[in-house]
Amino acid sequence: MRNFLAAALIALGLLALPVPIVAQDTDDPLQALLQENAALVANASRQTVQTVLDALIASDLPTVPAFLARWQARDVYQRSSDGLFVLVEDEDADPLTLLTLSTGQVVGTATSRELDHLRPNRGVQDLIGAALVQFQLGADDPAERTRALDNIARTPAASHLPMIADMVANETDPALRDTAQWLLTRLSISYGQDDAVRVSAIESLSGDLRVEARAALNPLLTTRTRVAETLPDNINIARVLTPGSDALSMTDAYAMLVDAGLAPPRVTATARRDALIANISDGFVGGAPVHTLETDAARMDAYDALVVAGLAPPTISDAEAATVIAAHVFFEQYNEASAIVTTAAADTVAAINARVTALEMVDLSLDGLSLASIYFLAAIGLAITFGVMGVINMAHGEFIMMGAYTGYLVQSLVPDYTVSIIIALPLAFAVTFGAGVAMERSIIRWLYHRPLETLLATFGISIALQQIVRQIFGAQARPFTPPDWLAGSLDFNDVVSISYIRIAIFGLGVIFFIVLWLILNKTRLGLEVRAVTQNPAMAASMGINPDRINMLTFGLGSGIAGIAGVAIGLFAQVTPELGTNYIVQSFMTVVVGGVGNIFGTLAGAGMIGFFQKGVEWLNPSNTLAAQTYMILFVILFIQFRPKGIIALKGRAAEM
Amino acid sequence: MERSFFARNPSVMIFIGMLGLFTLAITVMSEAYGTSAISTSLVKTLGMTLCLCLIALAMDLVWGYCGILSLGHFAFFGLGGYMIGMWIMYARTEAVIVTSLANAPLPPTPTELNDAIAVQIFGVVGGDSFPWMWAFSHSLTLQLMLVVLVPGLLALVFGWLAFRSRVTGVYLSILTQAMTLALSLYLFQNDTGLRGNNGLSGLQNIPGAEDIPQAVTSIWLLWASALALGLGYIAAAWIMSGKFGNVIRGIRDDEPRVRFLGYSVEGYKLFVFTVSAVIAGLAGALYYPQAGIINPDEIAPIASIYLAVWVAIGGRGRLYGAVIGAATVSLLSTWFTGGRAPDVNLGFYNIQWVDWWTVLLGLGFVLVTLFAPKGLGGLIDFVIRKDRA
Repeated sequence: MRNFLAAALIALGLLALPVPIVAQDTDDPLQALLQENAALVANASRQTVQTVLDALIASDLPTVPAFLARWQARDVYQRSSDGLFVLVEDEDADPLTLLTLSTGQVVGTATSRELDHLRPNRGVQDLIGAALVQFQLGADDPAERTRALDNIARTPAASHLPMIADMVANETDPALRDTAQWLLTRLSISYGQDDAVRVSAIESLSGDLRVEARAALNPLLTTRTRVAETLPDNINIARVLTPGSDALSMTDAYAMLVDAGLAPPRVTATARRDALIANISDGFVGGAPVHTLETDAARMDAYDALVVAGLAPPTISDAEAATVIAAHVFFEQYNEASAIVTTAAADTVAAINARVTALEMVDLSLDGLSLASIYFLAAIGLAITFGVMGVINMAHGEFIMMGAYTGYLVQSLVPDYTVSIIIALPLAFAVTFGAGVAMERSIIRWLYHRPLETLLATFGISIALQQIVRQIFGAQARPFTPPDWLAGSLDFNDVVSISYIRIAIFGLGVIFFIVLWLILNKTRLGLEVRAVTQNPAMAASMGINPDRINMLTFGLGSGIAGIAGVAIGLFAQVTPELGTNYIVQSFMTVVVGGVGNIFGTLAGAGMIGFFQKGVEWLNPSNTLAAQTYMILFVILFIQFRPKGIIALKGRAAEM
Repeated sequence: MERSFFARNPSVMIFIGMLGLFTLAITVMSEAYGTSAISTSLVKTLGMTLCLCLIALAMDLVWGYCGILSLGHFAFFGLGGYMIGMWIMYARTEAVIVTSLANAPLPPTPTELNDAIAVQIFGVVGGDSFPWMWAFSHSLTLQLMLVVLVPGLLALVFGWLAFRSRVTGVYLSILTQAMTLALSLYLFQNDTGLRGNNGLSGLQNIPGAEDIPQAVTSIWLLWASALALGLGYIAAAWIMSGKFGNVIRGIRDDEPRVRFLGYSVEGYKLFVFTVSAVIAGLAGALYYPQAGIINPDEIAPIASIYLAVWVAIGGRGRLYGAVIGAATVSLLSTWFTGGRAPDVNLGFYNIQWVDWWTVLLGLGFVLVTLFAPKGLGGLIDFVIRKDRA
């Protein structure tokens, strides 16, 4: 079918032969215009193509943008026989079917030998692109205009500046106008016609927190290190470097001199060694037996002998090198020539950085707050079992882990993430409350007078629980995904942001705190708990059943650990070791805060959380170091306040 | 009153006798000097067990006798191991480098040698020079002194701070746990000079003994471990037998009362804690050449909790109890986790001990704590009382 068509077309072409082919398309004004500049189009170069582009733009023909796009894409051909500019229907066909530029009508066929393919080089393509952009910027379709702005943002050039300025003045779409305004600022910084324009563009970015703003300014402040005999005038110098300082070591300074051809290279230890090896003859080098050259001094002597014999380049002593270095001046020169511009840019960057630093402190505080709420959540259950009852429950971490696995199990049964969390929270409480009560009844109540031994027994429970969970669910992490409304983060600006899940954990911490405080201080149960923990015998004689109270208190602490586990499982990996990661920190939180009161736990969590984030800020790449210092800090802190931040006084302290 | 120390403490003679017999029996059955009835790897396991018994002894000193439940003793044990490991790594790498540079056209200078050794050791963590803490690693004598000094100093400083501010009981336990956690996190960092989580490896190759087969060096190390355990036992028994020991026990039972009697409680506690840390360091220095590798994971808090559990199971407050506990639990662990224990088929479920051993162990802790607070050592009381009756 295709062959038949092609044959038919050839036949058509043959029929049309008598008529000059050029004539077919010369009534197209675009073709005519191109023919006028045929040489410049066919052999376009970066220097000359602009006149053609100007002529094309001046013609105001509606077909010009499409042609420019094809030209830039290397889709345009010229027929050798008569110089007609054409497109081809299918590049891979042979012979090629030729189409007119404007209307796309078939004008004939030709083999590839009869055509010149116009291949504008990269520079020409860029110029065509710049010319094209103004058509795209004026396009009716906003998507087309957006694309044009994107193109400019990717490859900005001085030629775009007036077009963007036009667009800012005329654009009706506010979002596009903002983008254009931003581009205008960027272009003005780089290509503004005079320093005043550039400086005002730079200063307009003052206080702009976007990374792009700094990215636009930083290129202005790039420098290169140079060396000269005297400090040259008329260049934009950033600073003069002192050799031997932190900014420029003596070695680097000498290396610069060598690179600049101002000094001969020094002989390094490696070079000396190579020179010695190269000159070994009969077990001797430089008059010394090879086996004696096992110290640096011996090698120096042998090398000096080689130098005397003219077999190696002379060494340059440190003093000689220092003299050469002292005779030259080392400086950093801005790549940007205008001192006014660089000064303005440096000031603006400094202002932005100051603001960013201040906001980073805010962000850091938010991070510290969220870490503190995680520690608080993990430790609050412990604050009850350990802080109030004095029971060291090493299985506390495993209760957290059980809470997280409850969340995972519920989620695997209830596919809706929101509903599953709402079910998981009370269920986790119920599960760990039950586990806590069972543990208290069967083990812990026999050990109230032997606190250190509860540690061993509960540690036994801890490793057994961990292994049982590993047997059931496997050692790999199980998925427990937060619902979509907890994904994302709340962004205040480019520096300060906090994820919703951290806000939720903070909220949960606040709720826990209030509820526990109310239970312990405003309910009958709380009163009885405090009575039993302070003096079980007296409480019993007042008609309180200490066994029941101990059981309920331990269950409450364990149940809270379970709820905390659901929250922690949302952002941490749900593995059998989940609890182990929190247990030591939780104990430290309670101890630092002060045993026996939930305000203490709050204070302890706050202090540890903020301290750790603070250290991380000083050394961001190393969270291990932050944890190490945090623990050292806790150890030292306990030396000075053995009873914690908030120490109980009076009888309550003598449990 | 004139009776000798050994007469007053019959358990010491019995213990030394049994340890000697054990060592002799292992030697006679070993591949190196005897009938090859037991493998070299078993000899190593037994040697390591002796070291664990020694640290259990140290733990019993502070906990069983002085009432300080330290949950950080493996920090001292690990430090001892690191100190000896530094010498072994340095000396062994030096030997390798010297051999490889023997055919170089020029004999290496000390600097070149040192740089090559540093690259060989620290290349794995991206380093090429020796950190300050390796300053003495070329000398066995100095590193052996560090085996004693480093754990001792750490215990001295930590103990001084803690006891001075009267941190006691559970709080002290948590602080010691924090100490060992901090140390292991510190060592986990690659840039702190002890090869981060790679740890020190190849420690089973004792420098200067490259040509001696492992079967022989393992017996030597077993002897050394047995000797250390025996000496440690005698020393501990001696410390605890006299008036000094009575004060220590008094502190355990009623600290304020001893203080009111005019004793410097802090001084006594600090002495026992430091001695115990030094013994732990020595145990570590003997353990890791047999284990072959040490890394920061060894110092993680859980190891020290296990140590406390061994001592509790063995029976604290009696030296042989600590040894029995450590030997029993660690050998049982090796046996169960080694896959040699037979599976139990319940019909509906096949219990594989490699997996379920931990559960059994955990429940074992609970049962011992609840029903046998004196531990396995308490059984011996039972026997002795029967005899006397």
